Amino acid sequence: MNKDIMICGVGGQGTVLASKVLAAAAMKCGETVHSAETIGMAQRGGSVISHVRIGEAYAPLIPFGSADMILAFEPAEAVRNLIYLKKDGIVIVNSVPTKPTTETLQDTGYDGTQMIEYLQKKCRCLVIDAEEMCRPFGSSRYFNIIILGVAAATNTLGIEKDVLLEEIKRRVPEKYVDINVEAFLAGYRKGSEL
Amino acid sequence: MREYVMGNGAIALGALAAGVNLVSGYPGTPSSEIIETIAKYPHEGVHLEWSVNEKAAMEVASSAAYSGARTLVTMKQVGLNVASDPLMSLAYVGVKGGMVIVSADDPGPISSQTEQDTRRFADFCRIPVFDPASPEEAYEMIQDAFTYSEKYKTPVLFRPTTRVCHAYASIEIPEQMQAKQFDGFVKDSKKWVIFPRLSFANHAMIEKRNVGIGEDFSTYRYNTQEGDLTAAKAVVASGVSYAYAKEYQKKNPSLRLIRIGTTYPFPESFMLQALEGVDEVLCLEELSPYIEEQILKLAGKHHLAVKVSGKLDETVAASGENSANSVEAVICRFLGINQEAEGMDLSDQPALPVRPPVLCAGCPHRASFYAVKQAMKGQKSYFCGDIGCYTLGNAMPLDMVDTCLCMGAGITMAQGFHWVDPDAACFAFVGDSTFFASGMTGIVNAVYNEANMILCVLDNSTTAMTGHQPHPGTGRNMMGNIVEKVDIRKVLEGIGVKKIVTVDPLDLKASIQAVQDCAAADGVKAIIFKSPCVAITKPTKKLRVNANCINCKKCIREIGCPALIAVNGQTTIDENLCTGCGLCSQICPVDAIGGEDYE
Repeated sequence: MNKDIMICGVGGQGTVLASKVLAAAAMKCGETVHSAETIGMAQRGGSVISHVRIGEAYAPLIPFGSADMILAFEPAEAVRNLIYLKKDGIVIVNSVPTKPTTETLQDTGYDGTQMIEYLQKKCRCLVIDAEEMCRPFGSSRYFNIIILGVAAATNTLGIEKDVLLEEIKRRVPEKYVDINVEAFLAGYRKGSEL
Repeated sequence: MREYVMGNGAIALGALAAGVNLVSGYPGTPSSEIIETIAKYPHEGVHLEWSVNEKAAMEVASSAAYSGARTLVTMKQVGLNVASDPLMSLAYVGVKGGMVIVSADDPGPISSQTEQDTRRFADFCRIPVFDPASPEEAYEMIQDAFTYSEKYKTPVLFRPTTRVCHAYASIEIPEQMQAKQFDGFVKDSKKWVIFPRLSFANHAMIEKRNVGIGEDFSTYRYNTQEGDLTAAKAVVASGVSYAYAKEYQKKNPSLRLIRIGTTYPFPESFMLQALEGVDEVLCLEELSPYIEEQILKLAGKHHLAVKVSGKLDETVAASGENSANSVEAVICRFLGINQEAEGMDLSDQPALPVRPPVLCAGCPHRASFYAVKQAMKGQKSYFCGDIGCYTLGNAMPLDMVDTCLCMGAGITMAQGFHWVDPDAACFAFVGDSTFFASGMTGIVNAVYNEANMILCVLDNSTTAMTGHQPHPGTGRNMMGNIVEKVDIRKVLEGIGVKKIVTVDPLDLKASIQAVQDCAAADGVKAIIFKSPCVAITKPTKKLRVNANCINCKKCIREIGCPALIAVNGQTTIDENLCTGCGLCSQICPVDAIGGEDYE
């Protein structure tokens, strides 16, 4: 199996845990995996990308036009990285924008809607509202687990949902296991409806 | 057993597999995780340390290597500049135990001041250099590096680049990894004490030896050729550019591909043989056209009728990093092949918000910069920045970093400003880790030469930018021991700084007062802004905007904290980001920001 999965967002949104779970789950399925994360200064509120390459790969980063799926934690970040998507690839995107501080200082009216419209015009795109999805869990930090649930429901990953669930259970602190499992399943249900 | 690790982890585990005895280094992206990985794995019998800077790390490792121990020294490429003083001499003296110096290069640059090339440094020092293309290779190659180092009794350089350091892959490591047995130091002043006579003799020996190493490298396992070996056009690649060329070779398996894993001493015999029947060669490498120049030299020496292209003839970009796409594009042009379209047409893409990195919400550095800015309003001042998170104090609306050059330079540059403009207030901002790494001598310089300056130590009790490594002021070391903290205030007192104020930057009024007092005094003054990094502490308060808010947005305009946002025009606090530092509530003119303590 050859799959390139990209996870993108803004520093601090929890993209790294999502990519670690994906990589570990793919390895559980016997696949060779390579991945790469944004590390360093860009983590301070900048754009961050994780590349997960399943199967034979040499370049550590996904080449343009070859991602099977983009999991975007922020609408503008989805558009910024759309160049990586395959022509028949799929984007799962959070519709709630994260405004950069520069934007707050000089309001240009960025609210993400233009980005979502553009994505819908260009590719197969599942839009989820992180605020709405995270509300029952009391914190936006569960979004990384929710979006994995949505991704699992699309059948594009080639990884069974139970394998992903096992990896999530293994990686979160014990007292947060139940809530993370619920978050994943909520995402999975949402993904099945879309 | 199989481990899924970052390239830096692979380097660390390779060194452990090679039986390394001592590991020293100084944090710097993209190299920091090497030492952190060693700390996480069993490493009985290995001395591990974050040294105070790269020069110290190199020197600590040198004498251990003289004693026959295997040593690993880690740093980023600009760190090698700091360590170059011992390294240049060490290259003449040589070692007994294998000594591998990892200097991680950063094409782009992504998190560095320079795009310097460690392969050139190897040539400059006349010592071998290894250039891995992937984490898997890095694991194997670093073990080879120890072997070659011992075989030729010379320190060797190992230079991964960011994409290798930060890429993850699976590697197979032994269940048990044992530190090597070694004999210990044998005194011999003719060997270990550098004198002009020794340097003269060893220089001649080294030049001769390096010809031999070049021959040895000609059969080295990571100097390879593949594809159609009868093609008239060949591509030569090194480092991660080789991985990009391999990615392209998946589409075009006949591509004649030569790869160089050891750029110095250049494996001439191998390259001569690999170039047989080649009319045109394309060099793919990052940073400097090193291999390209070597091939041109070889072509001149052996009258080869080969056209060489790369950076020198502008076929490949002179600066920045390569990518799978840029490499594919260059190879396709070189071969005269039409390149398949990559990705969809995005020419109609809407304008994207820019996202420059900023100081975190609640970062105490923001408060320190703001206090200085307020205190010095309307007075001529210079603000010399330094290397660390606080370089981000340059961003709007703070705009408080006028210069940034290299580790510790802010302190000495503030003095230069004073001498050319004695009426101005000259500030230097330095973090606690940078203070220990290379700040102290600059303060001695200021005291001795009677400069007027205000030192602002932004003490957040960690090395934040590179991932929160301990340093001499934190009271912890990499052997897992609790140690005596080196007290910055006492250091300053010892140096002879007469006026030293310690203040909590989150107390705005007290901070402004401290800055004004220091600016009014003569000589060298110091303010220690002490407040821990928000990434290693729990939030203290939950702040909210209350009904008093007149929506003047002063808080947003003045400090630019990412937690202060406007939702439908109303100033609001993002609770997920706010740490409760309270700086905004001290700025608010109508007392509209308050909060409650966490239990």
